[in-house]
Amino acid sequence: MAGEERVVKLKIDNVRKVYNSQNGEVIALNGVSLDIYENEFITVVGPSGCGKSTLLNIIAGLEKTTSGKVFCDDQEIMDTGTERGVVFQQYALFPWLTVLGNVKFGLSLQGMKKEKADEIAMKYIRMVDLEDFVNSYPKELSGGMKQRVAIARAYAANPSVLLMDEPFGALDAQTRTQLQEELLHTWEKEQKTCFFITHDVDEAIILGQRVIIMSARPGRIKEVVDINIPYPRSQETKITPEFLEAKNYIWSQVYKEYLEVRK
Amino acid sequence: MKRVVKIVINQTLKTKNKSNVKKTPMTKSNWVEKIPSNLWVLISLVVAIFIWTILSIIPNTSRSFPNIFYVSESVVTMMQRGVFWSDIASSLISVLVGFLIGFVISLPVAVLMAWYRPIRFIIEPWIQFVRNIPPLAYVPLVVISAGVGRTPQIIVITIATFLTMSITIYQGVRNIDPTLIKAARVLGAKDKDIFLKVIAPASLPFIMTAIRLGTAIGLTSLIAAESTGASAGLGMRIRALNNTFEASPMLLYIIVIGVIGLIFERLVKLLERRLTGWQEKRE
Repeated sequence: MAGEERVVKLKIDNVRKVYNSQNGEVIALNGVSLDIYENEFITVVGPSGCGKSTLLNIIAGLEKTTSGKVFCDDQEIMDTGTERGVVFQQYALFPWLTVLGNVKFGLSLQGMKKEKADEIAMKYIRMVDLEDFVNSYPKELSGGMKQRVAIARAYAANPSVLLMDEPFGALDAQTRTQLQEELLHTWEKEQKTCFFITHDVDEAIILGQRVIIMSARPGRIKEVVDINIPYPRSQETKITPEFLEAKNYIWSQVYKEYLEVRK
Repeated sequence: MKRVVKIVINQTLKTKNKSNVKKTPMTKSNWVEKIPSNLWVLISLVVAIFIWTILSIIPNTSRSFPNIFYVSESVVTMMQRGVFWSDIASSLISVLVGFLIGFVISLPVAVLMAWYRPIRFIIEPWIQFVRNIPPLAYVPLVVISAGVGRTPQIIVITIATFLTMSITIYQGVRNIDPTLIKAARVLGAKDKDIFLKVIAPASLPFIMTAIRLGTAIGLTSLIAAESTGASAGLGMRIRALNNTFEASPMLLYIIVIGVIGLIFERLVKLLERRLTGWQEKRE
């Protein structure tokens, strides 16, 4: 990566977010600044309550900052936009639509012709290996399959930024590792700027080029750790010394935060 | 490495199966499942008729429960009097028209209540309040303004069905998973798209529940509705027969109301299966 000219894709500039609750003000984010480069894979770890989901929602345009600004391609983010796709932990598939209907939902909204939308949707359904389930409804799918549909749906809308909020958090360990590998393959093939939230340190290291460690109360960025493990990465990467070293370090930092929160 | 993993999976699968096999005979007796469900319906019917027959023999209850032959006979009696079919038709018209008007009003009211909090805060307590009042109580008030005949019948059924359906649909719309709306928004949906492509289909199961409750409420408020000086109708006839102590046709009419309710429910279920088969949980 060194030597290449890096374009800032997302600029998070001194973001503060305060919620008013019945017990007074809750500072969810305070003084958060970060530059995320084009096609970079960023992972975010931190204890619950550190505001990582809030930060993702702000980048997605689903929530507004209290102060500070977020830019995508030098444009201030004021609302949701199709250049920023989101994958939610709870899949958020439309249960009344088939797999095909879900994947092409965004394309139809953009006014694309049916044949064209079907074609693009099929491409991504094939990418996540679900062509046998094109006409199935979400209730007929397992959790892993549902999340694959959600990823295909996000990809089909062709965003340049992919925001993922603990997308594999609800899956069993086996499915999770499988989907991690699939996501890496996809990202290597079709590069996008990824902002991936997780509570799993292994997952953060195996996927990310940089791991953002956040701390709670108020939520802020504690440390940014570069992961200099070359791609393609696979499950075998998890037993390399570089991985273990990074894991050790990040774990100890996150654990400190966890103890901090418990106090 | 991969091979090892596979073997482990196979083993866990096997143990899973074993435990399943052990459990099944303990939890359910097999003969219950061997009898087909249609036969169960028949058995249930035979048991009911048996109890009915006992009630028709016991002196204390025999006057309220004439035996099945008398009741069957009274179909002919009522037909000869020329009222059987016209009573059914009249009641069906009142229930269906009242229900339809109630439905058409409840849809927008429910959506407005779910969407705008001031509307919810003003309207909802009153819907809840009136909902608990039996329709029979406000029938005289309706008659004072609407007179006698078909109109007050329809008004009473409209009120009763509207109250129940608007609350049911409103609660459904409020319970729509907010992540679905977020998911639509990040895919480029505007407010109009969110309403038509997310809120509307997501509300459909609750609308179907509302229809089922609405038809049932329509039928149960029939007696009240037809106490408004109706000239025909199942409810009106039961009251009329009460004056002459004709228990057989009375029981017949009660059963007819029950059967109509059953048919309504079946029809709605059929519709539900077609429209909301995508739902996660069923029955």
